[in-house]
Amino acid sequence: MELLIRNGFVYDPINGVDGEKMDIAVKDGKIVEKVNERKARKIDAFGMMVMPGGVDIHCHIAGSEVNSGRLLRPEDHFRDFERKTAVTRSGVGYSIPSTFTTGYRYSRMGYTTIMNPSMPPLEAKHTHEELSDTPMVDKASYPLLGDWWFVLEYLKDGKIEECARHVAWIITSTKGYAIKIVNAGGLEAWGFGGNVQSLDDQIPCFCITPREIIRGLCKVNRLLNLPHTIHVHTNNLGKPGNYITALETMKCIEDLATENKPIIHITHCQFSAFKGGDWRTLESGAEEIANYVNAHSHVTLDMGQVIFTDTTTMTADGPFQYTLYELSGNKWVNHDVETETSAGIVPFHYLRKSYVHAIQWSIGLELALLIKDPWKIFLTTDHPNGGPFTSYPRIIAWLMSRKAREATLKKINPRARSRSLLPSINRELSFKEIAIMTRAGQAKALGLKGKGHLGIGADADIAIYNLNPETIDPSKKYRIVRKAFKRAAYTIKNGKIVFKNGEIVKHLDGATMWLDVKVSEPAKISEDMRRRFREYWTVECENYPVTENYLEISQPINVEAKV
Amino acid sequence: MTVVKAVTCPVCGSLCDDIELTVEDGRIVKVKNGCALCESKFLGYNSEHRLLKPLIRKKEELVKVSWKEAVGRAAEILAEANYPILYGWSSTSCEAISLGLELAEEVGGVIDNTSVVCHGPSILSIQEVGIPSCTLGQIRHRADLVVYWGSNPWSAHPRHIERYTAFSEGRFERSAWKGYLNKIKASIVRKKIESAIRRVFFKGKPSAPSNIRNEPPSTLQKEGRKLIIIDVRKTRSAEIADYFIQVEPNKDYELLQAFRALIRDQEIDVDTVAGVPVEYLEEVADLMIRCDFGVLFFGLGLTMSSGKLRNIDAALSLVRDLNMWTKFVIMPMRGHFNVTGANTVFTWQTGYPYAVDFSLGYPQYNPGETSVVDVLLRKESDAALIIASDPVANFPKAAAEHLVKNLLIVIDPHMNATAQLADVVLPSSFVGIEAGGTAYRMDHVPLPLKKVVDPPRGILSDEEILRRILAEVRKIKKRRAEES
Ligand code: SF4
Ligand SMILES: [Zn+2]
Repeated sequence: MELLIRNGFVYDPINGVDGEKMDIAVKDGKIVEKVNERKARKIDAFGMMVMPGGVDIHCHIAGSEVNSGRLLRPEDHFRDFERKTAVTRSGVGYSIPSTFTTGYRYSRMGYTTIMNPSMPPLEAKHTHEELSDTPMVDKASYPLLGDWWFVLEYLKDGKIEECARHVAWIITSTKGYAIKIVNAGGLEAWGFGGNVQSLDDQIPCFCITPREIIRGLCKVNRLLNLPHTIHVHTNNLGKPGNYITALETMKCIEDLATENKPIIHITHCQFSAFKGGDWRTLESGAEEIANYVNAHSHVTLDMGQVIFTDTTTMTADGPFQYTLYELSGNKWVNHDVETETSAGIVPFHYLRKSYVHAIQWSIGLELALLIKDPWKIFLTTDHPNGGPFTSYPRIIAWLMSRKAREATLKKINPRARSRSLLPSINRELSFKEIAIMTRAGQAKALGLKGKGHLGIGADADIAIYNLNPETIDPSKKYRIVRKAFKRAAYTIKNGKIVFKNGEIVKHLDGATMWLDVKVSEPAKISEDMRRRFREYWTVECENYPVTENYLEISQPINVEAKV
Repeated sequence: MTVVKAVTCPVCGSLCDDIELTVEDGRIVKVKNGCALCESKFLGYNSEHRLLKPLIRKKEELVKVSWKEAVGRAAEILAEANYPILYGWSSTSCEAISLGLELAEEVGGVIDNTSVVCHGPSILSIQEVGIPSCTLGQIRHRADLVVYWGSNPWSAHPRHIERYTAFSEGRFERSAWKGYLNKIKASIVRKKIESAIRRVFFKGKPSAPSNIRNEPPSTLQKEGRKLIIIDVRKTRSAEIADYFIQVEPNKDYELLQAFRALIRDQEIDVDTVAGVPVEYLEEVADLMIRCDFGVLFFGLGLTMSSGKLRNIDAALSLVRDLNMWTKFVIMPMRGHFNVTGANTVFTWQTGYPYAVDFSLGYPQYNPGETSVVDVLLRKESDAALIIASDPVANFPKAAAEHLVKNLLIVIDPHMNATAQLADVVLPSSFVGIEAGGTAYRMDHVPLPLKKVVDPPRGILSDEEILRRILAEVRKIKKRRAEES
């Protein structure tokens, strides 16, 4: 099918297009130079904004931890439901929507690609079954590897190449996309209820430190030639004073960087940018982190913005989640996974009037505004940890409008307001910068060649928003901006109109992307490996890998490793 | 003759996946690694009660018909029903469950799984309190204290202890199997001596069974893994335990609250709780606090004894509180091999683990109102689809009575009690033997189910049957929409 989007204001930062009026032609799911004008279906985008479909680098939408969250919180679902229609399935959930609903809601906002950031390898089938039931978007998932016994053991012995071969094996077997590290070493310690406090703490029984794990996996990432960097949730996350750990984490691999290319992604950085000795004296460490990031090119970040709402926190960081349970007294789920990782879930309500929560809210925005280069910091809430993904339009408004920030500042805890750096920041982001932070930059950081732009040959994943940049001043009319991003005028996926007039008009299954990592000498399932398998896990090695039939639409991406 | 390795056993929630089957002429002739339950399933599933043809009730009689006719009739019943129920699901694959949910949504029915009659209360408690848990391998590697409460794994989950807990070999904890062998030897010797003494002095009159809970718990001082069983009766599992606590029937809640008090260092000023001397409880509470990694498994003995919800609330809270001191986890012992999978798929598609009502076009959940048992007791349903379950034999009588008044569709490999009273019977293949798919172990680890042999000719899988019904229902609805 051919499609012609006419006269829109096109924002395509990767190709240097900044709000120019032009046509976009689509054929067979790809962007093409031109189509037959008479035959093509036409969309009149006059007075509207045309962008690549949104890309989310970090949102928890599928798998065992998300699903335990759903099970834990019927109260999250009762008032927030979606009826079945002629084309859509029904569903429920505000902070942890059921799978179909998740897909539809992303599509409604013009998002077309999302990354599920924490997949316990042993339970990868579960993640993929849910991803296959998440329609409308292409997706991928990052296996949790920072506490995997194989990694700890090989790195301890300095066997980087051997480690790389096994990482290649597990990424391909679990149909994963990137190396995820969560509280390196801390999760293994959590197996006995412990944790690590610094990059140089020894992990009990394994004689290795978080620093060695992060450095080791960073080298492995390079050896394997993976499209994304290591994706890191820092140690000490959620603790006062942890901005130092975040800085140390970025510094600890500085020497491994080459050619000004990013080699580490610090995720939901807001949660790792706390200054101060305790909760009472908590302050923002955003300035220090921004200064560092502005001076270095080997790092990308995402915000992990906090929204004042009732949400559900869930991370693989078991000890952090336990602390959150102790702080809040809310119900708590813990789920440790043998040989690999852990997970925790705690419902959480961020309150405007809470000093700590208001500071957190401020930190996220400060990071996004103080980091000068929008290609280095991306818009996320670490859904649902900081708030549900449906609040992205709200964040866009805060970033584009000082007035919007002031409106919220007025309502927050006064002590937090007086400490916030926001009143001193005049910067207001442009539509181009928003396009970078919500799609182009994320796609680039992920190494997704066909996503995040509208150049010839790109996937025809397109969002059209009812906003005229010539007549709208986002700084003043931020409410209109928010509304427009909340509900795209059109969402186009694979060249097909899937959302328009406020409704999903087509249910479409997105592809699951995964890396087929080719190493010269693959890790063999030898007798030794089988034995270790039996010793480490409680399943047979034949039953461990995710076979392709678990992926509704499988999209392998070939990667030639250097090992 | 072929040997199929790494087969997942479709019997209990332990979901052992190391079974080796020898297949000869399309028949399973040998089972390796499995327990007795597993063996009898793989060797004996193809019994004489096997259904081989779809049946429809005509003039009070079930008669053989073609698949087309049977599926058509089933679809018609569901499409025309006002308030159908779709029940079972815990002994089939996730793929079939997924189709079941789609079908329930399509016909605006109530879909429910067997949790409603087993661990339903556990789920409600988890929704109140949360649950600190883990995968079973974590327990194998780390647990030095294993407690089973109201559960008899030795008989109901025969390989659970050997594969995942006290008798398994972990990285940080060794198997307690040797100690157990010594203990058994000692007890056999002791029994021999006792019976010799009896023969000599009492001329064969057996003495009253020694009350084990009055034995001082010296075994609790031993090194390594410890196994404690808490139950109302001395089961096979209790015999192998390091310590057995016999709780008086329906007093579980008192005992749990006593433990909660003890670990908070509160004095208990009675001599016994639930029939157990307080000193022993203190000893056990101390052990719970001092262990490196403890686990509490609970079974229907706790979920279904009086107090239900309260019991599980207390157990979950006890374990949660123990995490102030050490690492402690808790897990329900799920029975049906894929009841966990049923809860899991229900939850990701609808937000709720069981008792989901689609009658308003979106998932609603209110156990006590939207569970099939409630719907049946209110006599509201007018049609039912039952899959891989036998509610006529298991449900409360009043519920079963209304069920059989519904237009009733049964999907099952066997002629069971429900099928005998059905209007449409659709014979299916055995999941995990004759059909593949996915199941979730009790700790939420997903495992593939294998198709090892072919089903009898003309027999379809649950998945295929549901797919056909769904397609047929949609056709009927479309036709109706066009007519009107
Ligand atoms: S313990 Fe359960 S799953 Fe394992 S072999 Fe026996 S019946 Fe099968
Ligand atoms: Zn996250």
